[in-house]
Amino acid sequence: MAHDEDVAGSERTLYPYVTGTSVIGIKYKDGILMAADTGGSYGSTLRYKSVERMKVIGKHSLLGASGEISDFQEILRYLDELILYDNMWDDGNSLGPKEIHNYLNRVMYNRRNKFNPLWNSLVLGGVKNGNKYLGVVTMLGAHYEDNHVATGFGNHLAVPILRSEWKEGMSFEEAVKLLEKCLLVLLYRDRSSINKFQIAKITEEGATIYPAYSLKTFWGFSAFQNPGQFAEGTW
Amino acid sequence: MGSRFNPYDNNGGTCVAIAGVDYCVVAADTRMSTGYSILTRDYSKICQLADKSVLASSGFQADVKALQKNLSAKHLIYQHQHNKQMSCPAMAQLLSNTLYYKRFFPYYAFNVLGGLDSEGKGCVFTYDAVGSYERVGYSTQGTGSTLIIPVLDNQLKSPSPLLLPAKDAVTPLSEGEAVDLVKDVFASATERDIYTGDQVEIVIINASGIKREYVQLRRD
Repeated sequence: MAHDEDVAGSERTLYPYVTGTSVIGIKYKDGILMAADTGGSYGSTLRYKSVERMKVIGKHSLLGASGEISDFQEILRYLDELILYDNMWDDGNSLGPKEIHNYLNRVMYNRRNKFNPLWNSLVLGGVKNGNKYLGVVTMLGAHYEDNHVATGFGNHLAVPILRSEWKEGMSFEEAVKLLEKCLLVLLYRDRSSINKFQIAKITEEGATIYPAYSLKTFWGFSAFQNPGQFAEGTW
Repeated sequence: MGSRFNPYDNNGGTCVAIAGVDYCVVAADTRMSTGYSILTRDYSKICQLADKSVLASSGFQADVKALQKNLSAKHLIYQHQHNKQMSCPAMAQLLSNTLYYKRFFPYYAFNVLGGLDSEGKGCVFTYDAVGSYERVGYSTQGTGSTLIIPVLDNQLKSPSPLLLPAKDAVTPLSEGEAVDLVKDVFASATERDIYTGDQVEIVIINASGIKREYVQLRRD
């Protein structure tokens, strides 16, 4: 089948429909923390307001997704099957974050090779045998690891904050404070983000996805109240 | 929607290799970018494929990774079948064939392969994305290559490949001089190429084995 064939009627993601915005992930003293809002945008319409974009995978991993929500849900089905088949060995071994990340790399790259991509940027975090792991996979299959990562707008707005303020061995409280600072910047400047956030953590003891909550905003800056004041020719 | 899905990206990066009489230096920066964003400042583009062959690659990271895995798998089979490490010139031919195999959906990867040949002489092989290759004395590939190649040409003046009888394409520099030259060309490329920077990873291959060295570059 030539790739330039008319694809009408065939099933492939040519562009995303319902999308989630940035995911942020950082390492801290006991493991990994991840944060994302719960919005699902239909183009520029805020279509869904409580989509969980972070999920626990197996015993040691946490997956966060931005991009096409339906593709993310399909990825979760693949991973459920993967974990199920892994459990069936019943040998006491379980897939760690490195293995899950590697699996996702192969799935994403394989789909791009078929010109039928899964339209997501994925953040994978986890802890196994005392090793913290934090990585990203893009829709084309490009992947990397780092101490702090962010997808989409987060790469522009959150990463610079993380680069200057993240440090090795932060406490849970410090790390949450840093994530909230990033989320607030994203809330102010990323129009598709919403003020309903979730934070998720994973440590050697297991994963917790905290219930959604809002951040306190302040819109009283004069530039917010009268944005056109010093910009002649605007209204 | 008239636009079609684009399966490629350019994650940037610069690779350099220099061959001497009894050594080879292979180097690449550790920045990984997309567009105007830096994804990470610490991503190694260098892959050791055999005892005496080291591959540095830039281009599209996912393709580069797939290429490296493919070559490593082939080399594992080679070791089982021949009970020895592949020579650098053999690895060079394998890389060419591997790239050409995907001639009509290429790996977007720009490679320089460095190492020692079966006589222990330094060798460098330089490629395009679809597998054309050539043995040279020195080479550079990737986003900063246009800034680096004239400097290497000027400093290392390799003998013309048209000369008869053919002359060895190894450089006259000592190992230490070659490493210093690599540091200089990377520092220079970093000044003008936004896709090059953060750190340069330098791998030195000689009779006594493989050494690694890192030097900081501008991070802006």
